[in-house]
Amino acid sequence: MQKEVCVLAASGMLGSGFSEDTLHKALSMKPDVIGCDAGSCDPGPYFLGAGVSRASRAAVKRDLRLIVHAGVENGIPVLVGSAGTAGGNPHLEWTLEILDEIVKEDDLHFKLATIESEISKEKLIEYFQAGKVKELYPAPELNEKKIKNFTRIVGVMGPEPYIKALEEGAQVVIAGRSSDTSIYAAVPIMKGLNNGPAWHAAKLLECGTGCVELRARGDCMMAWVREDSFSVEPPNAEMRCTPVSCVSHALYENASPFDMYEPGVVLHMQNSTYTAENDRRVLIKGSILEHSKQYTVKIEGAELLGYREIAIGGVRDPLILRQFDTYMDGLIDAIHKKIKISTGFDKDDYKINYHVYGNPNQDDPKEIGVLFQVLAKTEKDAHSIMANAWHLALHHPIKEWSGLQSQFAFPFSPPAISTGAVYGFCLNHIIEVDDPLELFTINYRQF
Amino acid sequence: MKLYEMTKLIRSKNAGPFIITIDILFETEELYRKVVGTGVLSKELISELYRIPKDDVQMYLSPNALAIKFSYPRHVPTGDFYDMDLYGCQHHAPLVNLEVPVS
Repeated sequence: MQKEVCVLAASGMLGSGFSEDTLHKALSMKPDVIGCDAGSCDPGPYFLGAGVSRASRAAVKRDLRLIVHAGVENGIPVLVGSAGTAGGNPHLEWTLEILDEIVKEDDLHFKLATIESEISKEKLIEYFQAGKVKELYPAPELNEKKIKNFTRIVGVMGPEPYIKALEEGAQVVIAGRSSDTSIYAAVPIMKGLNNGPAWHAAKLLECGTGCVELRARGDCMMAWVREDSFSVEPPNAEMRCTPVSCVSHALYENASPFDMYEPGVVLHMQNSTYTAENDRRVLIKGSILEHSKQYTVKIEGAELLGYREIAIGGVRDPLILRQFDTYMDGLIDAIHKKIKISTGFDKDDYKINYHVYGNPNQDDPKEIGVLFQVLAKTEKDAHSIMANAWHLALHHPIKEWSGLQSQFAFPFSPPAISTGAVYGFCLNHIIEVDDPLELFTINYRQF
Repeated sequence: MKLYEMTKLIRSKNAGPFIITIDILFETEELYRKVVGTGVLSKELISELYRIPKDDVQMYLSPNALAIKFSYPRHVPTGDFYDMDLYGCQHHAPLVNLEVPVS
């Protein structure tokens, strides 16, 4: 009989939920591993920079409790990757706090591995000086001075740290930033299937039920990986995979639908064939894995750009709307002048910008929404600038009216809202490494 | 016909923080072939609609998925101060009502 490894993805994202019934159905199909991705750079740089999770604590606890129980009670390894959204050390600690609670409340016993993926600025500078940091496209400019200003840097791990942790006897692995596919490819690779089917299956699994025909809701997904093929089927009988739904998923969030770059490998899917095994299960063959000559680890970084305040206002007066663009140009000019006089800040000390919702140039626009935003070096500065800006906007006149005019319908008191720190992604680079484990630290704990 | 009338989904999304990718998934193989045949969906079109140099636009034809796909660099990275679409999920809008000479 051909070697076959069964991989279960509990959900597209830890905390986004899955049905408990589906999980039990999936367990009856005897998976060799339960994986769950817990992060992404998709919600933006804030989460990496601020060290907080996008998902709610309660939702993560609910999902984590179910998969840890499923793994421990059935002797199946549990792999959670990109803990706490961004996979930095605070994200890992936040997830471990939740796990600690679950372990104590439910009296669970198992060996835990945690894998840190944060890279210090000093370490990144060492790699940079050694010429080991290479640009991807398009890459922000990088130099040592810039690196010193970064808030947090993580390396995106491949499957090797997971495999190492499992070989050391871990039952549950909570990992920092990880490529989504590495979570699901790790166990097939460990069992000797480091091939196209394993990595392609991992790509289909990484969004949970993202690869089904009609995604009624987020739920578990299952794949069976073999030497020369793999099959996928959603354990929830209400959903189904079709050849088209599976091939379409290769497009999702990938720049190329044919080639996928992963740590140490490139997966080629252009010649993959998709065949319906029945009305819910698809057989995929012909995916080719190319091993890279140089192993590289992608890095992600966030830097603090400043602090933001926003104000939202509506404009309905037709006399303003018919000259809206020039009106706003004049307003921004007036704001800069007022801020210089009242606060002393020059134009270069802060940024002010507005975004218009709706089209003032269409016939009878009725109402236009304006979102103002200010970015300054401190929260106090942002507040001081926005307090002047929105109040000036309120009374900024048009020549068609005389007397004191009020122009913006602000929906809230206070009109200005602090959104706190603003971070930016500052890296689109890879590090050339000699050993896939060299950027990652594995720690063990016995519960 | 308008592009949306021939497709089951037109979507855009981040492909990492620095790239936007647009997927145009057709209803039938016939419509996919006809639209590809018109040459209307091209790197030039994307370059013009999104103000991106033509050479920076990637275009892929995926007959298995009955899909045309474009990827291009973002003007500003996701979540940057000037970015107004965190997930890049409304970039496809200018393509929805695009007239394509297919009957």
